Amino acid sequence: MKRACLAALLSHWRRNPLQLFAVLAGLALATALWSGVQAINAEARASYDSAAATLGEGQFDQIVPKSGERIAQVDYVALRRAGWLVSPVIEGRLGEVRLIGIDPLTSTGAFDIGQVTSTGNLQQFTSVGQLFANAETAAKLDGIEVIITPNVGPNIAVGDIGVTQRLLGRRDLSRLTVLPDQPLQRADLNEIAPSLRLQPSTQTADMDALTDSFHLNLTAFGLLSFAVGLFIVHSTIGLAFEQRRGVIRTLRALGMPLRTLVILIAVEVLILALIGAGLGIILGYLIAAALLPDVAVTLRGLYGADVAGTLAFRADWWASGLALALLGTGVAAAGRLWHIARMPLLASARPRAWAMAAGRAQLLQALAAVGLLFMAATLAIFGSGLLAGFVLLGCFLIGAALALPVIARPLLTLAERRAKGPVAAWFWADTRQQLPGLSLALMALLLAISANIGVSTMVSSFRLTFVAFLDQRLAPELFVQIDDAQKGPQVQAVLQGAADAVLPLLRVEGTVAGQPVQLFGVRVGPTYRENWVFLDEGAKAWDRVHDGTAVVVNEQLARRSALWVGDKVTLGPDHTLPIAAVVGDYGNPLGQVVMGEALFAILHPAVNPQQFGLRSSDPAALRSRLIDLGIPDSAIIDQAGIKAFSLQIFERTFTVTAALNVLTLAVAGFAILMSLLTLADLRVPQLAPVWALGLTRRRLGQLELMRAGVFAVVVTVVALPVGLGLAWVLLSIVNVEAFGWRLPMFLFPLDYTRLGLYAVLAAILAALWPAWRLMRTPPSALLKVFAHER
Amino acid sequence: MNVKVLLVACLLPVLALAQGFAGLGTDADGFADPKPNPRFDFPADHGPHPDYRIEWWYLTANLQGADGTAYGLQWTLFRSALAPGEGDGWQSPQVWFAHAAVTTPDLHLATERFGRGGVGVAGVEAAPFRAWIDEWVLEGPDFDALRLFAQGPDFAYGMDLAAQGPLIFHGDAGYSVKSAEGQASYYYSQPFYEISGTLQLPDGPVDVTGHAWLDREWSSQPLSDNQSGWDWFSLSFEDGAKVMGFQLRQRDGASYSASTWITPQGATQAMANGAFVATPLETATVAGREIPVLWRVQIPDRGVDVSVSALNTQAWMGLSIPYWEGPVRISGSHDGVGYLEMTGYE
Repeated sequence: MKRACLAALLSHWRRNPLQLFAVLAGLALATALWSGVQAINAEARASYDSAAATLGEGQFDQIVPKSGERIAQVDYVALRRAGWLVSPVIEGRLGEVRLIGIDPLTSTGAFDIGQVTSTGNLQQFTSVGQLFANAETAAKLDGIEVIITPNVGPNIAVGDIGVTQRLLGRRDLSRLTVLPDQPLQRADLNEIAPSLRLQPSTQTADMDALTDSFHLNLTAFGLLSFAVGLFIVHSTIGLAFEQRRGVIRTLRALGMPLRTLVILIAVEVLILALIGAGLGIILGYLIAAALLPDVAVTLRGLYGADVAGTLAFRADWWASGLALALLGTGVAAAGRLWHIARMPLLASARPRAWAMAAGRAQLLQALAAVGLLFMAATLAIFGSGLLAGFVLLGCFLIGAALALPVIARPLLTLAERRAKGPVAAWFWADTRQQLPGLSLALMALLLAISANIGVSTMVSSFRLTFVAFLDQRLAPELFVQIDDAQKGPQVQAVLQGAADAVLPLLRVEGTVAGQPVQLFGVRVGPTYRENWVFLDEGAKAWDRVHDGTAVVVNEQLARRSALWVGDKVTLGPDHTLPIAAVVGDYGNPLGQVVMGEALFAILHPAVNPQQFGLRSSDPAALRSRLIDLGIPDSAIIDQAGIKAFSLQIFERTFTVTAALNVLTLAVAGFAILMSLLTLADLRVPQLAPVWALGLTRRRLGQLELMRAGVFAVVVTVVALPVGLGLAWVLLSIVNVEAFGWRLPMFLFPLDYTRLGLYAVLAAILAALWPAWRLMRTPPSALLKVFAHER
Repeated sequence: MNVKVLLVACLLPVLALAQGFAGLGTDADGFADPKPNPRFDFPADHGPHPDYRIEWWYLTANLQGADGTAYGLQWTLFRSALAPGEGDGWQSPQVWFAHAAVTTPDLHLATERFGRGGVGVAGVEAAPFRAWIDEWVLEGPDFDALRLFAQGPDFAYGMDLAAQGPLIFHGDAGYSVKSAEGQASYYYSQPFYEISGTLQLPDGPVDVTGHAWLDREWSSQPLSDNQSGWDWFSLSFEDGAKVMGFQLRQRDGASYSASTWITPQGATQAMANGAFVATPLETATVAGREIPVLWRVQIPDRGVDVSVSALNTQAWMGLSIPYWEGPVRISGSHDGVGYLEMTGYE
């Protein structure tokens, strides 16, 4: 009996393959984008973890130079001889591969060399010059013996310290790892190596924290697509239940116990959900695999985080996709099952014409929309923290989506009143009448369009600001970077004669207002005065910085420490100075303090400049001149190169964003298509009288297409403010919380127009097939409406 | 498997070899081999011999606090060569590691260090004598007057040593045969140090005085394939005589022994295989294995029949290469103190 009952239930899908396709495709699309995004996130996180494990970062305290990036080997030996159990690490780039040298005898064991060399031999490692890397990295290392192992993080090769020094052409070290068990007595670090400082493990830049906002953005995209996909599932399942009221009544009348029936339906839904989600996970894998290389470039460029370019099939993302799909389907089906459970045995089997009598439901929806929007507004004013930012986004978007039918209805009523002639009047009335049935699909479209507007506004605003920022920061035509801080003054003297102007950049790490910051000493001159644009400044800011009576801080430090122009910061025992200006800084997440050269020399007399900006009217000539003067070519960087590189990273970010935009729009278009197709049969009784009154099927089809276009236009009009609101939240709230900077918002009307056209196009494309089907409906089918009374 | 286990697996076959562990090769890979009739050249020979695979500076001391409590300490610097000879900087094939321990009647603290040759974190210089790894040192103007320091997370010691007698050469004038097949090492000792200093123990500092014994040994292939471990004794009797004796246990149950009788004046007599007999009488469970902690030692030629018991049965060196090493008490035909090292107990 159960089998017969299940067969009866399933026969519905056989008779309505399109609905089956809609349910499965909706679930698959929802799961695909969600799990695809999660897969990217999981891969990136796994990469950070394996890199951290390879490097022992974050687990152990480190000893690092107070300035510059190099530690003399004699300092390492002196520290060991003074009782400091430290292990040397050298880091550098060999081509694009990050090369790390360790001393296997003293290393912490965080790098699991034992596993990778179970057949190996220490002599091979230390003297022959083997490196360890994963297969992807190994392919980039030509002419070097590489042992392939999955244990080493992406784009990293690990070798013996001596071998690595040889490969990098260096004789110094990058940092020292402080081992956990230190002996009873140690000399003071400052006494042994005054140029070094201890960096507690908690202060090591944590890739997870640094890249969190990026991943949250991706997650938000995934969740959005998931919501859109669930709209499809919800509406299709709802429709299927409505259409099966007759079957259910018959089954119950034949003696099927209610309990069994409900369980069977639940099983049916579960099977559908599993199939749909399974397809979605496969699809998600393909999406993630396609996007991952671009994401990897973005993460490397923006955060210096190395991410593997290949995707692993990890349980955490596919399981979460599956769980969400089951949950979503369950929620969609639960309401319907509850209806069935409460339905009187012989209740009318006549399908309710899709939420026609939904007056009360509409009121509830309007109330929910107002409530959510109100909550969003409250969060925007009083909320704080990244999570609040995303909750705000969620409330705002869902509230706006729910408000869509409420806003669209009066618009359509207005159009109907203005309509001339009976056909136009019927068109508007019929459009309005279709609104409830299509509203879920339209909400999906709204979400897709507003997300598109919001995200592209944010990214484009970021690009404009960032390019201006690059122009400001990269004003000198050439940069010279030297390794040996001791040679700073000497190099400066050489440069002085060659360039139009030399701008030494002094740099040291420190703590200001309780935060780790970078302290800069600059030579105030026309380059700074003309190029730097402040977010806010006091009178004669640069003059005061030059005199050493004030400093400039970046926006990150200002916002995190709640400081602004006029407030004071303490830089040393006798040096508490006012902030002359706050500068926008989009290049890094750390706080920065910029002071005059002279003041820096007082505060940090031991620090020599290792970076120089050079002004010149003929950079190429200057470059060859510098090489003649003995400055290695590799130490000279021209700003055009840096800029091109930065922008290139940015373009990759756009690629990812654009791909996600297209995908969400496609999902929304699909939602419309499915809604129209599933509604098509229901609409026959409504269209038949119009046809009978003389409108040709062809004309009816054209009107269908037009209706889709009208809906798209209405949705776009509503989506525009929603999208701009979204952009504002992203720029002014989420960015500030995530990165510490607020970006100015720019508007891109042309882009929005184009987007509106795409949306209309997507809607019309989606309506094309239903309209074509309508045109081909045999007259007999339309006539049957009158014969059967259905 | 972590880095330290790797060390055991592939870096230190030679130490394992010296300590009688299993599966060790007997080829010498271009290393020099000890030859009979050695001619030592001091102070140069107090320094390292990089052409030999393995070498050590091995100091043990029996100490006493002001209240009469007995203590022991160990300080050992090992040199293990991945290849013969020296190299520049990190390219040096010489690997150094060291063990330090303090034993009290109810506490045994041990720790170890590792360091690469060539860069300055560890090494030995002959004159003035200096053996060091990190901040651990054994150094002085010459081999007769030394300063000792070592520390771990939970203990430290600083000592001064003064030699009261001559160097002692084991075997045939310093050529010490280790098996019936003829494996051998160069082996000499300074067993006549007076030592005094301070132990930093978890309960606070303790001033101690006593006697120390320094072994110097280097070789390239000291053990034979069928040997599984050894029991090494250094015994100082109250009448001033001393004995160094070891037996190398064979897998077939037999053993090979060698020993040196040292008179209070420093005259020596090498004793043949079988002259020194050590028989385990009692074992204790140490680090999950049964280890003899009470021995009967007999040297019939010298009228010695004593029981040798561990001051602290749990003197386990739970380091990368685990073994038992601790101070012992002697009673019977002779009374005295000494040190015992046991390796290869599974």
